[in-house]
Amino acid sequence: MIRNFCIIAHIDHGKSTLADRMLQATGVVDERSMRAQYLDRMDIERERGITIKSQAVRLPYRADDGVSYVLNLIDTPGHVDFTYEVSRSLAACEGAVLLVDAAQGIEAQTLANLYLALENDLTIIPVLNKIDLPAAQPEKYAAELAHIIGCSPADILKVSAKTGEGVHALLEEIVHLIPPPVGNADAPARALIFDSVYDTYRGVVTYVRVVDGRIASRERITMMSTGAVHELLEVGVISPEPKPADGLGVGEVGYLITGVKDVRQSRVGDTVTAAQRGATDALGGYQDPKPMVFSGLYPIDGSDYPELRDALDRLKLNDAALVYEPETSLALGFGFRCGFLGLLHMEIVRERLEREHNLDLISTAPNVIYRVMRDDGQELVVTNPSEFPNQKVAKIFEPIVKATIILPSEFVGTVMELCQQRRGTLLGMDYLSEERVELRYTLPLAEIVFDFFDQLKSRTRGYASLDYELTGEQDADLVKVDILLHGDPVDAFSAIVHREKAMAYGTMMTAKLKELIPRQQFEVPIQAAIGSRVITRETIRAMRKDVLAKCYGGDITRKRKLLEKQKEGKKRMKMVGKVEVPQEAFIAALSTTEVKK
Amino acid sequence: MTPLGIYVHVPFCASRCGYCDFNTYTAQELGPGVDRAGFHEHLIAEIDLAAGALGPREVSTVFIGGGTPTLLGADPLVGILDAIRRHFPLAPDAEITTEANPDSVDREMLDTLRAGGVTRISFGMQSAAPHVLAVLERTHTPGMAREVAGWARESGFEHINIDLIYGTPGETDDDLRASLDEVLAADVDHVSAYALIVEDGTALGRRVARGEVPAPDDDVCADRYVIIDDTLPAAGMPWYEISNWARPGAECRHNLGYWRNADWWGIGPGAHSHRSGERWWNVKHPTRYAASVAQGVSPRDDGETLTREQRATEELMLGVRTREGVLLADARHDAEALVRDGLLDPHAFAEGRAVLTRRGRLLTNQVVRALTRD
Repeated sequence: MIRNFCIIAHIDHGKSTLADRMLQATGVVDERSMRAQYLDRMDIERERGITIKSQAVRLPYRADDGVSYVLNLIDTPGHVDFTYEVSRSLAACEGAVLLVDAAQGIEAQTLANLYLALENDLTIIPVLNKIDLPAAQPEKYAAELAHIIGCSPADILKVSAKTGEGVHALLEEIVHLIPPPVGNADAPARALIFDSVYDTYRGVVTYVRVVDGRIASRERITMMSTGAVHELLEVGVISPEPKPADGLGVGEVGYLITGVKDVRQSRVGDTVTAAQRGATDALGGYQDPKPMVFSGLYPIDGSDYPELRDALDRLKLNDAALVYEPETSLALGFGFRCGFLGLLHMEIVRERLEREHNLDLISTAPNVIYRVMRDDGQELVVTNPSEFPNQKVAKIFEPIVKATIILPSEFVGTVMELCQQRRGTLLGMDYLSEERVELRYTLPLAEIVFDFFDQLKSRTRGYASLDYELTGEQDADLVKVDILLHGDPVDAFSAIVHREKAMAYGTMMTAKLKELIPRQQFEVPIQAAIGSRVITRETIRAMRKDVLAKCYGGDITRKRKLLEKQKEGKKRMKMVGKVEVPQEAFIAALSTTEVKK
Repeated sequence: MTPLGIYVHVPFCASRCGYCDFNTYTAQELGPGVDRAGFHEHLIAEIDLAAGALGPREVSTVFIGGGTPTLLGADPLVGILDAIRRHFPLAPDAEITTEANPDSVDREMLDTLRAGGVTRISFGMQSAAPHVLAVLERTHTPGMAREVAGWARESGFEHINIDLIYGTPGETDDDLRASLDEVLAADVDHVSAYALIVEDGTALGRRVARGEVPAPDDDVCADRYVIIDDTLPAAGMPWYEISNWARPGAECRHNLGYWRNADWWGIGPGAHSHRSGERWWNVKHPTRYAASVAQGVSPRDDGETLTREQRATEELMLGVRTREGVLLADARHDAEALVRDGLLDPHAFAEGRAVLTRRGRLLTNQVVRALTRD
């Protein structure tokens, strides 16, 4: 009597609060130990044992029909970059609660995850939350949801996770509408990994959903993508504390501990089977995580480089998608070229590095992955402008995405204009209701990794939501623009851009650098160039005076100290050819184009 | 024994000039506890203390600066000189300078100072343009400097200096040329010309910060420097330090002592001293200073003993300002690049010395940084 389900919701639409009510309603957490957002906070408050988030929690539930059920609530990451992880979480479920704020309506990411759930043949239970709010418009948004899903507005449940109203009815619906898992108990064991988390004390904790057979403790298991064999140290369920069990049977959800130390050895989407008499066919759908957005990360203080390396090594334990390799920049010193699933992933990594590891970082402008066909027929994958070939190329392919934007209809014009500027092609447009529109565009990924999201938010006063998924590639007329200081290229500022935007990029960067770089003894031209062709130029005039007019007895100590300070400051100067550039200038030039938080 | 210079600081002015951040006080700013009249007694008391610490040693130069020394009156100034003579053997050819504002002297005072042993006098003329003097908040009028220089010559001073400030907001190239004409007409043998520095905490600094007057422009100052450095040598006064031009033999020996890193002893509030790699300075406020010397206690506020490396840095930073330049020891490689860039004189370089070209003088900080590279 198992029901496996997840909750699909936009951030702040009340998923955690609803989970709290379910914990209480099913009695797994008593009133005394209940606290808000129980599952979310567990990892921070617990100092020992397995640090669990709400990856999966087992809720025993006695329904109105008198039958005892086991409900497994499986968490899905809500982020646009983690579509693959979301799809694996969904694959572990038979049903999904689609939770929408009754005062806000559905958002683009929720919509995208809904489509994913429908593709996975999940039973959808649409729910409007926060009906207790004065601003709630349950009738309006019920009509919107019904329109999207193709059901009757009357089928949409209305709850308040805050007050608990409607939660009992929702649990009953889960039991009655979501089908029980189906699997062959006698077949060789097959379990789907839907999450994998590194824990300081226990190593990697792997979350699985058993599809066929049984995973028993003290067994040896095989990861089918790699064939790696591990000893099972512990099998258990979370309810809501981790509880060791003898094994997990068909349809059950729980955790495995094998003692491995790196989530790369226990990958989301992989199939776990028994080491002996195991399954021969893996469950479908496994993919290697593939980074799509690349950026250089450098410590602002060069001496922090070893700390940055250690911090990346540690983050990697818990992030199978993060890739990085050492990189040296003339302008920024020693750092790492990092690959991310997408923009959000990049921001999360950077934020964790800065916050959890106390590092001050500068990142170069993000770029995407390009496939370059050379004239001689050779193919080249470019993730860094420095790898872009200087000679003529036959074709360049860039990744494209299908973007879904949900926004109030009054802003449609300005957002279409933005998408147009970003080389978008309109795929379709739907009115979700009178006031809300869904826009679908094909856009080059490169055009949204810059500041697209910020632009979108500012043009819609924060009301638009965005989701995108990679859909392939297209050939495009792309060029590399180099920025030259006194004739020498500055690596950190090279960018691959569409030919039509080369001038705009060049003008913007040269103007900015002219303001940021102090005058030198000689005139310094700042040029933007495509290959050897200069497309725009600014000039920093030569410095003519740098002298202290007066230096008598009382001035000497002060003057010497100033000189010593300048010498110290000179260590933070980078030489680009003959030109001295303060590191602050590089940072300022890069930070205005970086993706904002 | 290397020659010793004595600097005497007189911390008083009749009024505060808008650009000035020196340790000087008007009657209103001074506050209670100390008086301008009789202040020379405190200075003399410190000379007595210094003599005890220093022992008898020949003094080759004395420089009374400020502030406005002549505000003390001629007799007290001569009294200070007498106190120095009492304790130290003065060299027979000692150079004894006092600073003066054109509007704070008369013939009689000049005669008294000269008779009392002062050999050199320095007038703060700054500019011949009335609107420039107004921005600087100077109280004298154009023309005065020429007049007092004439008086000083008649009184028999051996050397006369005029100070100029250039690059003041509102000054034009022609204003500067007119100032230079005035200086040449005054027939002095020494000119100090300084680019205006707008210091924080001055009235002018606040006006610039508020946007009421533009900040001096570096390119304009460079142009003006070129005008000065074309005009004065043509009139027989070549440069001998970045901001100083003189007829041969009229160079200020006291100031050369600073740039050659000689020893000197500073007397007065806030005065700095240097003796073989040790620097120290007195408490700044005249009240605290007076209280200290009145009790027979050294008014020293703080100081530093220079490391070998710091001494080397100072010797370079100071010496390179002068026309004789500095000996190039281990910095030949860096100097070569500076010769190439036109900042150092190639002839001097060939003889193993670093001597600034005109371009090098305008970019001295760059030269010093290059030559003190680790």
